[in-house]
Order: sequence, then C-alpha cells, then structure tokens
Amino acid sequence: MQYQSQSVAKLYFIAAIGLFLGQILFGTVLGAQYIWGDFLFPAIPFNVARMVHTNLLIVWLLFGFMGAAYYLIPEESETELFSPILAILMFWVFLAAGAATILAYLLVPYATLAEITMNDLLPTMGREFLEQPTITKIGIVIVALSFLFNIGMTMLKGRKTVISMIMFLGLVGLAVFFLFSFVNPHNLIEDKFWWWWVVHLWVEGVWELIMGAMLAFVLIKTTGVDREIIEKWLYVIIAMSLITGLIGMGHHYYWIGTPEYWQWWGSIFSAMEPIPFFMMVLYTFNMVNQRRREHPNKVALLWAQGTAVMAFLGAGVWGFIHTLAPVNYYTHGTQVTAAHGHMAFYGAYVMITLAIISYAMPLLRGRVANSNQAQIVEMWSFWLMTIAMVFITLFLTAAGVLQVWLQRYTETPMGFMEVQDKLEIFYMMREIAGIVFLIGLGIYIYSFFVGGEEEASA
Amino acid sequence: MSEVFTKTMARNIFYGGTTFFFLLLLALTFDTISVLPERDHRENITPEVVLGKKVWEDNNCIGCHTLLGEGAYFAPELGNVYKRFGNSTDAIKGFIMSRPKDGIPGRRSMPQFNLSEEELTGIAEFLKWTSEVNTANWPPNIQG
Ligand code: HEC
Ligand code: HEM
Ligand code: HEM
Ligand SMILES: [Fe+2]
Repeated sequence: MQYQSQSVAKLYFIAAIGLFLGQILFGTVLGAQYIWGDFLFPAIPFNVARMVHTNLLIVWLLFGFMGAAYYLIPEESETELFSPILAILMFWVFLAAGAATILAYLLVPYATLAEITMNDLLPTMGREFLEQPTITKIGIVIVALSFLFNIGMTMLKGRKTVISMIMFLGLVGLAVFFLFSFVNPHNLIEDKFWWWWVVHLWVEGVWELIMGAMLAFVLIKTTGVDREIIEKWLYVIIAMSLITGLIGMGHHYYWIGTPEYWQWWGSIFSAMEPIPFFMMVLYTFNMVNQRRREHPNKVALLWAQGTAVMAFLGAGVWGFIHTLAPVNYYTHGTQVTAAHGHMAFYGAYVMITLAIISYAMPLLRGRVANSNQAQIVEMWSFWLMTIAMVFITLFLTAAGVLQVWLQRYTETPMGFMEVQDKLEIFYMMREIAGIVFLIGLGIYIYSFFVGGEEEASA
Repeated sequence: MSEVFTKTMARNIFYGGTTFFFLLLLALTFDTISVLPERDHRENITPEVVLGKKVWEDNNCIGCHTLLGEGAYFAPELGNVYKRFGNSTDAIKGFIMSRPKDGIPGRRSMPQFNLSEEELTGIAEFLKWTSEVNTANWPPNIQG
C-alpha cells in the first residue's frame, strides 16, 4: 500500500466477503426448496430467498467494485484519495441501507414493504433484481454519486492513466444505467424493454470495463509487464465488448413483444460477444508468460487467470449456446438460463473481485503477500468454489436440456410442474455442489486467519 | 500485438466504435418504441390491467414465475396462463384465491396473498392482456 487513504478499501472488502457468505447461504436454501418444495414455507417463500440471494450478490459486488476503486485509483493517480472521510461515511450509509433492505425482505411481507416505503409514489419495485424499495434505490444513487465524486476528484488532482479512466468510465456507466431502474411504465412491454438497459447494459456492457480495468491493474502489479502493452490490450478488449454488447442486447428482445428484426440484430451481434472474453484469456496468459517478476502473491495471479478462463466459459461459451434466436426460442427462461447466469456471474464478476481482494488485502494488512500456508489454503478455496460452480452449471444445463425436451421441443408437451418432478435428481446434485461451494467459501474466509511466515512487509 | 497497431489506434476504435454502436442502438430503440403499439395492443390497457400490474409487482410474483420467459424458474410461465386456463379470467382468480395458507405438503407452494376481489380481477385482466401481446409465437406450446 503506497497511500494511506487506500486503507478505506479494507472496510469495503470485508463487507463484501460477509455479504457473499449470506448470498451463498441463501443459495443453498433456494437449492433445497427446488427439491423439497415446502422447505421453510411459508416463513421464507422461494421468492423471498431468491431476492435475498440475488440482491446480496449485486450489493457485495458493488462493495467489491467500490473497494477496488478506492484501492487502485489513488495508486494509479499517485495521490491520496480526495476524501477518505466521505468514503468511510458512504460505506456505513450503504451498509446500513443494504442490511435494512435485506432484513425487510425477510421480516415483512413484500406487499407490506411496498406499502410502507410508499412504492405508489414512484413504483419501481417487484421486478427481477430491482426489488429494492424506491427509497433504497435513491440511496444507492446518492452513494454512487458521492463515490464517483470522490474518485473523480482524486483522478483530477493526480496522474491520469488508461486504467483509472476505464475504471471510472465503467463506474459512471454503472450509475447512469442504474437510473433506468426508475423507468417503470404501466405497459409491461415497455417496462421489460427498459429493464434490460439496467441488466444487460450492466453485465454485458459497462461492468466489462470495470472488470477489464481491475484485471489490468492486477496483471500490471503481479507480472510487471509494460503498462503500454497491457493498456493497448485493455482498449481492444473493451472496444469489442461494447461494439458487440450494445446491439447484442437484442438477444433479450426476441420474445417479449418487440419487433422480429431483433432476432437478426441480437443473434448476429451477441454471437460475437464471446470475442472479448476470449481475448481476455489470451491476454492474461500472455502477460503471465511474459512476466518480468515473480510476485510472491501467487494466489492473486491464480484468481486473475481463473477469472479469464471462467468468464470465457460462463459468459462466452454458456452465453453462446443459447443466444441464437432459433435456440433461444426453446431455452428462453429455463434452467439453461440459470446455468449460464451462475457461471457467468461467478467467472466474471465474483472472481475478478476476489482477485483484487487477494492482491490488495495482504498489502492493506501490511505485507506484500500472505504466508505460504495462507496462500495454499486460499488456493484450496479457489479450486473448491470453482469446481463446485462448474458442477452447478453442468447439472443445471442437464436439467435445462431435459426441461426443453419434455416441455417444449416435443409434440406432446408435459406440464411445467410434472417436468420439474422429473428433474429432481439434477436438483439434488446441484444442491450437493452448492454445499461444496459453501465449504469452499468457508475455507476462503478461514484463509484470512492463517498465520505463518509472512512475506516482507510492504 | 505488433508495433504498427498502436495504443492510440486501439483507443480510437474504442471511442469510435462505442459511439457508433450506441447511436445505432438509439436508432433501433426509436424504431422499436414507434412500432410497439401495434404489437402490444396498448389500447386494451384498462385501469384494471394497470392495477393488475401493480398487484403483480407489489407481491413479487416474478420471484417464482417467469412472465414472457423472464423472471424465476421455480413456477409455471404465466405469459400464456390465460390461454392455458381455457381463456378464463375466473379460473385464474380461482387458482390464486384457493392457495392454502400453509402451502401444500411436499409440493412447491404458492403463498396465499389475500387479494381483494378488485385486485384479483386486476391481476387476471393483466395476465389476459399479456397473453394477447404479439410475442413472435413464443412460447412454443401451451405449457409455456
Ligand atoms: C413463492 C413462490 C410463488 C409466488 C411468489 C407466486 N407464485 Fe404463483 N405459483 C407458484 C407455484 C409453485 C405454482 C404451481 C402450483 C401448483 O401447481 O401446485 C404457481 C402457480 C400459479 C398459477 C397457475 C399456473 C399454472 O399454469 O398452473 C398462477 C395463475 C399463479 N401462480 C399466479 C401467481 C401470481 C399472480 C402471483 C403474484 C401475486 C404468484 N403466482 C406468486 C409459486 C409462486
Ligand atoms: C459476464 C457476463 C454475463 C453475465 C454476468 C450474464 C448473466 C446473465 C443472467 C443473470 C441472465 C438471466 C437474466 C434473467 O434473469 O432473465 C442472462 C441471460 C442471458 N444471457 Fe447472459 N450474462 C453474461 C454474458 C452473456 C454473453 C456474452 C452472452 C452471449 C454470448 C449471453 C447471453 C445471454 C442470453 C441469450 C440470455 C437470455 C436467456 C433467456 O432467454 O432466458 N450472456 N445472462
Ligand atoms: C458465487 C456463486 C453464485 C452466484 C454468482 C449466483 C448467482 C445467481 C444469479 C445471478 C441468479 C439469478 C439467475 C437467473 O435469473 O438466471 C441466481 C439464482 C439462483 N441461485 Fe445462485 N448464485 C451463486 C451460488 C448459488 C448456490 C451455491 C446455489 C445453490 C446451491 C444457488 C442457487 C440458486 C437458485 C436455486 C436460484 C434461483 C433460480 C430460479 O430462479 O429458479 N446459487 N443465482
Ligand atoms: Fe444479455
């Protein structure tokens, strides 16, 4: 750690990991409800557990991105953070708002929550991933604005690098597209149309800039490869992301009432969306091979390589398999979608966040890298979580293919509930893999407490 | 990457490409919004349908169900449930009304929402309207 104010990142990273644990606990609850339909009913209905699972995911990733920015922006700008106090204040505001919202999901019926938060004044609730009360959404915007102000001012007074510019651009995009969550017309079709401007333009648009910047930062630090080379790659990768991903949004406009021409636009452009993810693999492994130094933090590099590979598999390969309109006609809204959603989110955004935490946390705790023992424990958690996620994806894909076969791609379609009964074995195996994931996460958390001979202090 | 391809060129491709394709997206969006009325039959969005969408959102139905293929994959697709239930809004209302408070043992269960008659009519009309949107022939069959 070169600048004192980078230490605010530590708070953000700790919160991120804590919420991550909550997310996965509720994931295993959901997995159990898929097998035993009445598990925890009516105390925690499926939809409530799901909101908790997905919203915790988004919130902890946002904590991770903000922590990453607070860590890397001062270092890139070669100056102290504009206002560490503001960063700490906003941390507590965001944590309190997030915790209150999650608790409210669990403690109050959703309709009551909508009522007491006066959703009718500006209805934004009740849509997938955007379930937060309007007041929470407004809070998110305020936190985002002061965060952007803080890192923006830091960049203004310091050195401007490509990495910090791209990071900033991605984060501004994140905030700007979140504003579409306030657009909720009475017309369901228009509502759905704009909803994707948040969800798709996040994960297949501006978040890729954030991911690219974080990955480039970790690679520069751990491989010592010339910044010029890394920055050139970064530009090409994110250029491809947006060139393919903006019109690629058409892959969500096939069957929701939007015109048929989207089947062409969406299929052609989204079929190219794997390209930037593939380039990320090439580039990461290239940079590691050309490395000019042996950084003692081996596990950070493992996460960096892991994120490139898993993002390519989850987003690139699993995205491609259902993105062409004639295929999506059958797979739309099935377990195939869930399979893809899991591996893509894990591979791209979970793993890049864990990569930067892995790199920065030891430095924030006053050492270049953790002890060998601690790194080995963390590597175990890497493999357990990653392999568990591969299996979750495979089981869900198998379930999805069978679901399509029995319910859709047939002359004699079976009803939804009947088909689900037949998929039980896959849901069983998914749950087991999910528990392995949870164990892996437990080991990950434990790795922070493993002592041993530490590397020279930073 | 070779020396002929410079960082400045890469940067220009990023900014130029992004601008171009964002403008293209805006153009397509503009066209979509202008032709949507023919496809979504918005003339049929009555106050009941509007209320139905509110009930849909206030009770987070999307957290278990898909609607036109989007949402959660735990419970049946509802975009065409009106047709699956024999073009009957009463059947939809009856189903929602009759959910046991404590669920059905061993089966995936839907909560009892205690909706008023007005809200039930709203949600049924909303699902009826949704089933009439031109969705390019999706879902493939009546089972959704
Ligand atoms: C906790 C999960 C959950 C929530 C929330 C939920 N449902 Fe359901 N719903 C189900 C399940 C499970 C079934 C299948 C029940 C069965 O077949 O026994 C179902 C079935 C239905 C059906 C019949 C579908 C068919 O094809 O048989 C309708 C209509 C319906 N739900 C409407 C709604 C509406 C409207 C809401 C919101 C007010 C809602 N549901 C919220 C779980 C849920
Ligand atoms: C890291 C990047 C990505 C993430 C995190 C991600 C995540 C997701 C998630 C969560 C969904 C489900 C949305 C819903 O609930 O309705 C989804 C849907 C979809 N994704 Fe991705 N995705 C990524 C990249 C891609 C790419 C690159 C492609 C194409 C090559 C793709 C193709 C699709 C398609 C076609 C759907 C719609 C599925 C359906 O019809 O049900 N995704 N994605
Ligand atoms: C880091 C790991 C995880 C990530 C990133 C993640 C992400 C997600 C996302 C994005 C969704 C929404 C999916 C969609 O709309 O397509 C979701 C839903 C879900 N997740 Fe996870 N999840 C993780 C771990 C788990 C685990 C370990 C389990 C279970 C054992 C689990 C079970 C579920 C279930 C059952 C759903 C609901 C699917 C449905 O709508 O029917 N998740 N998760
Ligand atoms: Fe998408």
